[in-house]
Amino acid sequence: MSLAPTNADLAVDTSPSPAESGSSGRRFSINLRQSGIYIAFALIVLLFTILTGGDMLAPQNISNIIVQNSYILILAIGMILVIIAGHIDLSVGSIVAACGAVSGVLMVEHHMAWPIALVITLLFGAVIGAWQGYWVAYFGIPAFIVTLAGMLLFRAITLSILGNRGIGPFPDAVRTLSNGFTDGYLGNVGLGALGGADLFSLLIGLVAVTGLIVTQWRTRAGRARYGQAVEPVWVFVAKIVVAAVVIMFVIVQLARFRNLPWVLVLLAGLVLGYSLMANKSVFGRQIYAVGGNLQAATLSGVRVKSIIFWIFVNMGVLSALAGIIFAGRLNQANPTAGNQFELDAIAAAFIGGAAVQGGVGKVVGAITGGLIMGVINNGMSLIGAPSERVMLVKGAVLLAAVAFDVWTKRRAGASR
Amino acid sequence: MSDTILSMRGITKTFPGVKALSDVNLAVLRGEIHAICGENGAGKSTLMKVLSGVYPYGDYEGDITFEGEPCRFGGIRDSEHRGIVIIHQELALASNLSIAENIFLGNEQATRGFIDWNKTNAAAAELLRRVGLDENPVTQVLDLGVGKQQLVEIAKALSKEVRLLILDEPTAALNDEDSAHLLDLLRGLREEGITCVIISHKLNEVLAIADTVTILRDGRTISTTPVSDLTEDKIISGMVGRDLNHRFPPHSPSVGEEIFRIEDWTVHSPTQHGRLLVDKASLTLNRGEIVGLAGLMGAGRTELAMSVFGRAYGANISGKIFKDGKEIRLRSVRDAIRHGIAYATEDRKRYGLNLIEDIKRNISAAALGRLARGGWVDDNEEYRVADGYRTSMNIKAPSVSSIAGKLSGGNQQKVVLSKWIFTDPDVLILDEPTRGIDVGAKYEIYTIINRLADQGKAVLVISSELPELLGLCDRIYTLSAGRITGVVPRAEATQEGLMTLMTAGQEAGK
Repeated sequence: MSLAPTNADLAVDTSPSPAESGSSGRRFSINLRQSGIYIAFALIVLLFTILTGGDMLAPQNISNIIVQNSYILILAIGMILVIIAGHIDLSVGSIVAACGAVSGVLMVEHHMAWPIALVITLLFGAVIGAWQGYWVAYFGIPAFIVTLAGMLLFRAITLSILGNRGIGPFPDAVRTLSNGFTDGYLGNVGLGALGGADLFSLLIGLVAVTGLIVTQWRTRAGRARYGQAVEPVWVFVAKIVVAAVVIMFVIVQLARFRNLPWVLVLLAGLVLGYSLMANKSVFGRQIYAVGGNLQAATLSGVRVKSIIFWIFVNMGVLSALAGIIFAGRLNQANPTAGNQFELDAIAAAFIGGAAVQGGVGKVVGAITGGLIMGVINNGMSLIGAPSERVMLVKGAVLLAAVAFDVWTKRRAGASR
Repeated sequence: MSDTILSMRGITKTFPGVKALSDVNLAVLRGEIHAICGENGAGKSTLMKVLSGVYPYGDYEGDITFEGEPCRFGGIRDSEHRGIVIIHQELALASNLSIAENIFLGNEQATRGFIDWNKTNAAAAELLRRVGLDENPVTQVLDLGVGKQQLVEIAKALSKEVRLLILDEPTAALNDEDSAHLLDLLRGLREEGITCVIISHKLNEVLAIADTVTILRDGRTISTTPVSDLTEDKIISGMVGRDLNHRFPPHSPSVGEEIFRIEDWTVHSPTQHGRLLVDKASLTLNRGEIVGLAGLMGAGRTELAMSVFGRAYGANISGKIFKDGKEIRLRSVRDAIRHGIAYATEDRKRYGLNLIEDIKRNISAAALGRLARGGWVDDNEEYRVADGYRTSMNIKAPSVSSIAGKLSGGNQQKVVLSKWIFTDPDVLILDEPTRGIDVGAKYEIYTIINRLADQGKAVLVISSELPELLGLCDRIYTLSAGRITGVVPRAEATQEGLMTLMTAGQEAGK
């Protein structure tokens, strides 16, 4: 049926030595598959920077891209985990709306203290996630169906809470979380030709870069100590330098504008936490095991059902968080909020390298995928492109990203 | 009879870093059954893929001549057009379609664009008669056993006016009865003048059916010999390049006290209500002992093992399990692992491995907790553990970061065994541990099993190959229609004796 060779056919019982000619080509293709998304992101940013005459990377615009896409990125984190586990969630847009509505009722109509209302809303998201997780994990209905039903169900809940009106305004604290910036705690410093910039933001940037270098170096040293193959020093240094430059560039631009957006701080925390969870925790590892081969995971004693259940609970909580941030950003809980957010989140995950069959994907990849969509949106609106063209390009990018993934996989298969 | 129908000359096929075939020659005579033998990775399947056009012309070096004409296939359709049909090891039938639909898939019997069902089913019935399959052509394929599906594949090949039929491991998944039927069928096809190329690991079958045997080793042709000049040992020594006097490593067992016992274990089918799969089975395993479980396909071997392994299969399970003399209850796979029981499945790829993950993550999968502190996995420790197994189990891979799906069957099995050994079990249930594995790797697996027994673990080996059980086990249970029909010490066991027990009470069981 398939032209790709099956595993057994080409298996070789002798370990090919790394020095042989073919393996360098293979390593390159693997690298291309992993880093292709970052290269694509860089090229897209470069393209729009040129097209917009540099406006793309202007301080205010960078800040806008982060703030405007924050809720999609939060959803993408949850979605990539769902997709790695081999499922899908079509209902997140409706959960965003429902949770926004609940938070609006609590904060605006009942004047509840915002931290309490926030916690209750997150719990509401968790309950919704548990509802869907139950049907998927324990009842065995495909997630596509359960969440398609959820999409209607939670939109209906939103409409019964809100009717046809929006609720607002939201408390300042919530608006600050969505739209606000850190204060200039330490005042400004001059950056020569770039003008003044917020010292606190810059210090945070330096701390982040230092942290990155230290942890990366320690990981590398640890691997080397265990005799594992590590990349050559120059590759390692080059990667770190590129990452550091990108981080510092973004931070400097933000510091020149209005300091760090609070959602960026929140997002950074989430990305860090969830990446660690996915790569290093037993739970995270088992998500990959479940998505990679459900039966094998079951027969290895992995609590498959519980893992799928909690993945959906997590998705519900993150959707609730995104709902609050979106409501805070609009300063209104709106019955149409979150419309089609699920599509953006799913697209982000797949552009970011998730596999349709599950078992593959990275949190950072999903974030990059989300940013690619965000940059396309933003860049095309800067150059005044009509919305139908934006849609066209986004659709093409999604298809191209997945086609590229399939193509590299097939090539890797054929070259075995 | 002596004209050459197919000749492949100087075939060389390279994959990056690996020369899969190197100047291979193959000459097949018209109307013969030609067997190709070789270890996994010797290049048998690659050679057949070159022949059938899976690797198109230009992708390899060398010449192919079929019926006197040079062949330059661009794909499978080209080769099928010339009457060369390949039946792969993993059957490629659409299980929701009927037998007739499968037979004529891609070759629909249509008039003016509409499928003529009467014609289709009648033609299918005729083909089924030819292959000796007594089934209605409208039966869904998913209702058929593997043996019958194999026959449907052959019927499908016959529908295409096949001149050269290639079968890749046709009997690997079949029980003895179905295998015998298949081999008879191939003999019948030979009478009809259809030439057959068969790839097989089962050397007794090769000797029984083939006219000529070509042996491949490391991508080279070693020999092409009439079968009358061959013995099993000669084929093996040709395949492995060394004289294998002993197919089983020497082992002197030191059997200790009882460690595991099941009593009156009864399992019902989870899909067919009320159907009994295992009927009051009782067996005992002792420390340091390798125990065999023999039974025909469908006797309930796997069902017994999986239901014991934390009720991973079956419904309405009853019976008792004792470990070290104390009764234990295993409600889940986790319970079973916690009590020191391990089960390596018969189907590595579907149930045993995460093929898209690397070796180390597969090895750690069943005991990730041992590598974690506070829920966080220590990657470096995981690497160290996995690399230790790579060395001690002789897993042939560049590193433990290699993807499991890219390993050969033998090495995949070593990864599966490593995974279970890392759970530190006292009792290992190995279901068909050497299925689809070449002779050299089998020897290594046997060595590992002996080593586990020497460490005081009890090993239960389920196998369809009686010589394997006779060569490896200290004691052999026989299972027939869900019932334990006997237990035979190694010294008293013979293939004939076991077979009698394995077929005992079949009628009563039904």
